[in-house]
Amino acid sequence: MTANGWFQILFFLALIFLVTKPMGVFMARVFSRERTFMDPVLRPIEKLLYRVTTVDENHEMRWTEYAVSMLLFSLVSMIVLYLMQRLQGYLPFNPQKFGAVSPAHLAFNTAASFTTNTNWQAYAGESTMSYFTQMAGLAYHNFVSAAVGIALAIAFIRGIARRQMETIGNFWVDLVRACLWVLLPFCVVGALVLVSQGVVQNLRPYDKVSVVEPQQVQKLDPNGKPVVGPDGKPVMDTVTEQTIAQGPVASQEIIKEFGTNGGGFFNANSAHPFENPTPLSNLIELFAIFTIGGGLTYTLGRMTGSPRHGWAVWAAMAILFLAGVTVAYWAEARGNPLLANTDQRVTAMQPGGNMEGKEVRFGIANTALWATVTTDASCGAINGWHDSFTPLGGMVPLVNIMLSEVIFGGVGAGMYGMLIYVVLAVFIAGLMVGRTPEYLGKKIEAYDVKMAMLVVLVFPLVILVFTAISSVNGFGTSSIANPGPHGLSEILYAFTSGAGNNGSAFGGITVNTPWYDTTIGVTMLAGRFLMIIPMLAIAGNLAQKKYVPPSLGTFPVTTPLFTVLLIGVILIVGALTFFPALSLGPILEHLLMGIGRTF
Amino acid sequence: MKKNLVISVLMTIATTILLGIIYPLVVTGISQVLFPKKANGQFIEANGKIVGSRIIGQTFTSPGYFHSRPSAAGNGYDATASNGSQLGPTNQKLVDRVKGDVAAAQAENPGTPIPIDLVTASGSGLDPELSPAAAAFQIPRIAKARGISEAQTRELVAKHTENRQLGFLGEPRVNVLELNLELDKQFPGTKQAMTQ
Repeated sequence: MTANGWFQILFFLALIFLVTKPMGVFMARVFSRERTFMDPVLRPIEKLLYRVTTVDENHEMRWTEYAVSMLLFSLVSMIVLYLMQRLQGYLPFNPQKFGAVSPAHLAFNTAASFTTNTNWQAYAGESTMSYFTQMAGLAYHNFVSAAVGIALAIAFIRGIARRQMETIGNFWVDLVRACLWVLLPFCVVGALVLVSQGVVQNLRPYDKVSVVEPQQVQKLDPNGKPVVGPDGKPVMDTVTEQTIAQGPVASQEIIKEFGTNGGGFFNANSAHPFENPTPLSNLIELFAIFTIGGGLTYTLGRMTGSPRHGWAVWAAMAILFLAGVTVAYWAEARGNPLLANTDQRVTAMQPGGNMEGKEVRFGIANTALWATVTTDASCGAINGWHDSFTPLGGMVPLVNIMLSEVIFGGVGAGMYGMLIYVVLAVFIAGLMVGRTPEYLGKKIEAYDVKMAMLVVLVFPLVILVFTAISSVNGFGTSSIANPGPHGLSEILYAFTSGAGNNGSAFGGITVNTPWYDTTIGVTMLAGRFLMIIPMLAIAGNLAQKKYVPPSLGTFPVTTPLFTVLLIGVILIVGALTFFPALSLGPILEHLLMGIGRTF
Repeated sequence: MKKNLVISVLMTIATTILLGIIYPLVVTGISQVLFPKKANGQFIEANGKIVGSRIIGQTFTSPGYFHSRPSAAGNGYDATASNGSQLGPTNQKLVDRVKGDVAAAQAENPGTPIPIDLVTASGSGLDPELSPAAAAFQIPRIAKARGISEAQTRELVAKHTENRQLGFLGEPRVNVLELNLELDKQFPGTKQAMTQ
C-alpha cells in the first residue's frame, strides 16, 4: 500500500462527501415537485410525456397500486427487451449483422438481468449485441431500472414522512422525474466528458487495422478452442490484422455507472480501454456510482425533517466502505506468494502486488477501490477481474453484496435496503430498553418487523439453496473454471451477485448454460421483486400511522451510538447468515494459499 | 390495473424513443463534432497505413520490440474478444503459465526478478501499457537486438512514460505501441537487423 494509493481513495470519498448535500437537496426538490433550475427545459418534456402516455400527474397511489404499476412496467419493458434481442437481425444499427441473441434462455437471462438493474452478463457484448440492442434495449433499461429504484426509495421515504395518509405518491411521476431531472442531464454531460478522455462514441462498423508485427498464432474455432489438423498438430494462422470493436459506448458507460447498473458494452467491462481509458475516466465513473446513493441519505434526512439522521446513516456507510477498501487494497497489494521469481514489490516504477486481471493504468489501489465501490453499490461493473483477486481481496466484493449492497448502495435499492436495516436496528434498540420502538415519530410494530424480516430472509434463502444445489450436481460443478475452494466461491458469487442485483462475477464460471441462465434469471427476479413488495408494504403501513412526538424513552437515530448499532446489525445479520459458506470458499483458499497449495 | 397496463405500454414506447434512441444519437452527434478523434478510437497512421489504436494493445514477439503483457483476449490482443484469464490465485494453470513466462524472460536478464505486470494477463486482454519497471526490464534486449545503446533506448522509454494523471491519479505507464513505432521511426535501419 502507498501514500498515493490512500490519497486517491480518500480523495474519492471526499468527493462523495461534498456531493451528498447538493445532490440530496436536489432530489428532495425534484420529488416534492418544487421548482429547480432545469424546469424551463424539462417541464415541457415531462408534460408531453404525460400527455402521450395518459398519465394523470395529480393522481396519488396507495402502496398496492404503486407496486402493481411498478410490476406491470417492469414486465412490459422486460418482454420488449426479450423480443428486441430475438429480433435484432431485423432491426437497424447492426453493422456487424448479428443475428438473434440465442439460445432463448440467454435472451431471457439478459432481459431479467437488465430489468432488475442487475446487468449480469452471460454474453460478450462485442460479439453478440447490435448497436440498436445496446442503445434501445440495454442502455435504455439502465435508465429505467435505475429510475424505478429511485422512485421506490422516494416512496419509502414518503411513507416515513407522511402522517395518517393512505398514499405514497404516483409511480409514473416519480419514474419520469427520476429519468428527466436526475439521470438524463448528468448523463449527457458525463458522456461527453468520458469521450474527451477517449471513451468511443460512434456507430461505425468494427475497424480493421494492419498490426505492426504480424503474428503466428494457433487457429481458433468459433468457440475459442484451438483447431487441430489431421496430423494432430494445432493449425497455425498468420494474423496481420486486428479488428477493433466500436460502438456508442460513452452514452451507455455513464448511465451504467450513474444508475449502478454495471453491464459493460464490451465483455471486459470497465477494464476495456474503450470503456475506461484513463485514470480520470476511472475517477469519474467511480464518482458516478456513489453519487445518487450518497445523495439519497441527505434526501432521507431532508424529507423526514431530520438531516442529522441522514448523516448518521451516511457515516455508517462511509465506515463500512473504508473497512472494505482497506481489506481489499491490503490483500491485493500483498500479491500472490505462489508466483516465484516475480517482482511484486511496490516501487516508484511499478504498482506491484497481484496484477493478474488488472490494468497497468489503474494498478492495485484503483482496482481494489473499484471492486469495493461496485459491490458496496449494486453496480457490478468491474475494472479488473474479481476471479483473479487473492482469496481475501475477492472476498471483499462478495461480502459487500452479502450485506445487501447498502453501503451507499444501488440507486434507490441501497436506500430502501438500508432502511430495512434501520427498522431492525430501531427494533433491537427498543427491545433493549423495553419500549415500543419508534422511528422518526412512527411506532415500529409487529407488521413492520415481520415484513422487514421477510426481506432479510428471502435474500440468503435463494442464494444458499441454489449454491448448495449447484455445488453437488454435475450441471452446476461442470461450469467451474478454477478448481478447489475457489470453485465454490465462483458458484456462491454467481448467486449472490444475482440475488443482490449486482451483476459482477467471478467471471471464469461458464454461466451461459440452461441451468445457470434459468436459475440466475429467477434469482435476479426474486432478489428484486420479492424485496420490493414487503418494503412497499412497510412504506404504506408507516404512512398511515399517527405521529408520536419523541419522549425520553425514544432511541435517538441521529447519534454516533445509532451509527454503531446500525453497523452492528448489518454485520451480524450478514455474518451469521453467510459465514459458514465463506469459510468453505475464500477463507479456506486463503489458508491453503499460505501453505503453498494449488489446484 | 387495466389503466396502468396501458400506461406501461405507452411509457415503454415513449421512454425508449427518448432515452434509447434520441439520447445516444444526440451524444454521438455532439461527440463526433467536439472530439472526432477520440470518439472514433484514436487510430495511429504509419507509412500510409492505419496500424492500430493508441489505446488498444497489440502482440509483439521479436526481440527488437517491447513486448506487451500476456493477453487472454482470443488469440492474444483480439479486440473483438476482450477478456482476462479468469484464473484464480491458487490455480495450477496460473502458476504454470507465469513460471513459463518467467523462465523465458529470465533468459534475457538472468537473476533479475520479473516485474509482475510483464508476466500477468490484464483485465481487458487489450492493455496498451506497461509499468515503467516492465519496460526497463526489456531495455537490454531491445538495445542488443537493434544494435543501439541502452542509453538511447532508455531515453525513448522515458519520453513515452506518462506520469500519474493530474499528478496523482492512476499509475505511471508506458504506451507499448507508440514506443515501438518510435523505435522503428528513429532507428529504421535496425529493423531488418533485428528480424535476423
